[in-house]
Amino acid sequence: MNIRMICHTLGNILRVEAALMMLPTLVGIIYGDDVTAFYATIGILLVVGSAMSFRAPKNKNIYAKEGLLTVALCWVLMSAFGALPFFLSGAIPSYMDAFFETVSGFTTTGSTILVDIEALPMGMLFWRSFTHWIGGMGVLVFVLAIIPMAEGRNMHLMRAEVPGPTVGKLVPKMKSTAKILYGLYLGLTIIEVGFLMAGGMPFIEALLAAFSTAGTGGFCIKNASIAYYNSAYIDAVITVFMILFGINFNLYYLILIKRFKQAFKSEELRWYLGIILTATVLITLNIMHQYSGFMEAGRYASFQVGSIITTTGFITADYGQWPMFSQCILLLLMVFGACAGSTGGGIKTARLIILVKSMARGIKQMTHPRTVSVVTLDGKTVDDETMRGVNYFFTTYIALFALGVLLVSLDGMAFGDTFGSVLTCINNVGPGMGSVGAVGNFAHLSVLSKGVLTFMMLVGRLEIFPMLMLVLPSMWRKQ
Amino acid sequence: MKIIVVGDGKVGSTLVSQLAQEGHDVTVIDNNPNVLRRSTDTLDVMGVEGNGASYEVQMEAGVNDADLLIAATNADELNILACMLAKKLGAKHTIARVRNPEYTKQLQLMREELGLSMSINPEYSAAVEIGRIIRFPSAITMDSFAKGRVELVEIKIGKGSPLIGKPLYTLGRTYNVKVLICAVQRGSEVIIPSGHFVLEEGDKINITADPKEIEQFFAALGILKQRIRTAIIAGGGRITYYLATILLQMGVKVKIIERDAARCEQLCELVPKATIICGDATDEELLLEEGIDGTDAFAALIDNDEENIIISMYATSMGANKVITKVNRLSFTGIMERAGIDSVISPKFITADLIVRYVRAMQNSLGNNAETLHKIVDNKVEAVEFIVREQAPYLGKSLKELKLKPDLLLASIIRKGRPIVPRGDDTIELGDSVVVVTSTYALKDLSDILA
Repeated sequence: MNIRMICHTLGNILRVEAALMMLPTLVGIIYGDDVTAFYATIGILLVVGSAMSFRAPKNKNIYAKEGLLTVALCWVLMSAFGALPFFLSGAIPSYMDAFFETVSGFTTTGSTILVDIEALPMGMLFWRSFTHWIGGMGVLVFVLAIIPMAEGRNMHLMRAEVPGPTVGKLVPKMKSTAKILYGLYLGLTIIEVGFLMAGGMPFIEALLAAFSTAGTGGFCIKNASIAYYNSAYIDAVITVFMILFGINFNLYYLILIKRFKQAFKSEELRWYLGIILTATVLITLNIMHQYSGFMEAGRYASFQVGSIITTTGFITADYGQWPMFSQCILLLLMVFGACAGSTGGGIKTARLIILVKSMARGIKQMTHPRTVSVVTLDGKTVDDETMRGVNYFFTTYIALFALGVLLVSLDGMAFGDTFGSVLTCINNVGPGMGSVGAVGNFAHLSVLSKGVLTFMMLVGRLEIFPMLMLVLPSMWRKQ
Repeated sequence: MKIIVVGDGKVGSTLVSQLAQEGHDVTVIDNNPNVLRRSTDTLDVMGVEGNGASYEVQMEAGVNDADLLIAATNADELNILACMLAKKLGAKHTIARVRNPEYTKQLQLMREELGLSMSINPEYSAAVEIGRIIRFPSAITMDSFAKGRVELVEIKIGKGSPLIGKPLYTLGRTYNVKVLICAVQRGSEVIIPSGHFVLEEGDKINITADPKEIEQFFAALGILKQRIRTAIIAGGGRITYYLATILLQMGVKVKIIERDAARCEQLCELVPKATIICGDATDEELLLEEGIDGTDAFAALIDNDEENIIISMYATSMGANKVITKVNRLSFTGIMERAGIDSVISPKFITADLIVRYVRAMQNSLGNNAETLHKIVDNKVEAVEFIVREQAPYLGKSLKELKLKPDLLLASIIRKGRPIVPRGDDTIELGDSVVVVTSTYALKDLSDILA
């Protein structure tokens, strides 16, 4: 294993994080906060990062194993250092809590341990939301876009970080692909800021809300989340943009290069929009009696559906008060998640389609034992390796989920709360059910549970395997 | 440049890796996902799965704004089809690997009618390369211009060479040959010499001339101590056929050893002047019987790499003068050198090299009209070939009248297929190919040579 190369890459990433942290520092200075904690963190990052990447290793070859490990370690280290400003400034007194909050930020989960968010200084709030934006598209993708890496094996890094059953490039060069992805991401974010400001939001609040939407994170700088603004226009803008950020970014590229037909023919997109539409209609009908009319029910239902399926986790209504049927639909949506290649979490619509179709194939083969059939996506046969990959993914996902529930149950919360907290974390949604639900937070959990949930968030964002590699002892043994 | 490579096999994958290393945007098409994954995992390239001659696949690979499409699958017809389609869909240039000699004959037609920019035959290219090694066993490196009509050869001036102490302008008269010394490397310095330049021992000189002139010049210098007169070729495949033809034209006696009786009969028809021996070239007894110990050149061109290496080692140990080994997989070359096998030929690398060279020239010619470009003397000197396609004020004037930039030399003018070593009275005319050697300028157009 090429530990030197891993070390070198990680060092570079830490230096990039130091650079990124300049932004919240600047915001803190503008708002007159005490920014010593940021200075200290930037200093630490630069020293550690430079020490790690001081000398470029001669052997730059990395293989699949190194790729997975680099990605996993990168996310853990980024979060560990990213938590320092919260901890050093005393904004979050416990380091475990600060770490939980930062992981929740980078993995775009949006679960919070903060009881009073509005008490934080603006620089901290900016960093908190900014982590969503960085984590949404991926740290390594960002690094690949800006740092020259001569070797061609970076595909291993990208594959480990970009969600979805199969990962392809948009253009032949990795660097150009990464640039296009970040370009689209930045463009959409700016457009959203514009729309939100048109609805009367102050610039900084619009910016932070857009960061959270873009990364499909869910941190809001108001205690009441988006419900604070109580504006149908803002709800609508955020709903639309949450759904947009849940779409595979490859499709935006196809639209950009004017291949509209191919973009709109995407099977995943149709399923994704179909699920959103169905869920919204069902919930609207189910909750109508609690609201003043169809329109109002529709507004809250569509926002919550968009927020949950894209795994953003913004709140405009306390869905804990909704009928059980609606709550269960939301729980299902948490698992489904957004499209592959988007910033959302969950198991991804593409995997869902493959699972459903292979289920149908299984049933068909039961009744017609000699039948030959293949699973197709967008008219192309899904190859066996991808199919197996999806199955492994789903099985491991269920196993880890069960383990998580078992460990968190030690806290002795209600069943729904236990179940919901793990589900929301592994799918990077944010709010769970009951005491960790729409109006609750994760502050009252034990350190063990917070640790387990932190791990679950990373597992969810990196799609299980990189994190699993990190904790498997066989990875670290020589041969 | 945006380049699409169809076929990720032997030649294809070599090409893809070289082109990617040179920083091009490479997309590779193949219908085998496993092969593609190997390329996309290890190189910064994009893979598209499917048939490279189908409209949809080519469009997915972005053929409409590609600068070049290279078809290197193992089927000639598919390659030609892929190139035709690509040309129609908007690819600026296309290169096809065409192996069948029957198609090669109609190459001119294919170029003009089907818009093929270049076609390449790996076996023929390998044979040409071997032929050149056999022709100049003492040369260090060789490149060629104007489709082989002008060669660029690098040799080292050894101790006691008659060239030492002579100004260059006297060479033509002394040896009665038309050669030009276009670049001299002395220590770490590179000089584009003028006529009064005096050579010293240890200089590495680059000579351009007609291949036959170079041969005469070498003979006059006594460098060509053993002119190769006899050659044994082990294996009777396609390379052997091309090589035998080339060697026979050079006046070398050729003996071919081939296992398969039917193929031997075919060879008898194809190369009637060669001696065909039906037998196993890995048989020690047979090799001795056919005089492996006395042959000037031995080429091991069997299908099996390991056998080629073993019989080459044997031929070297028995005293064959020049031994050439064909190896398909170029792994472990370091070990081969240590075992005394120095001339190793790999058709896929030669093919890839030729295409990469073409691509380099293309890149250099974006907005200019350079035809071929070689980097010589450790990449410090550029030798560029231009074709004069349109009227220009400097045409028709004698070189004496034209004021050329310093550190620049006209190495050759090829008029109607015949190379001329330029003198002061010569002129450049419409339709000529001109080879320019320079150490300082990135030439974009022939007019750039004027001061």
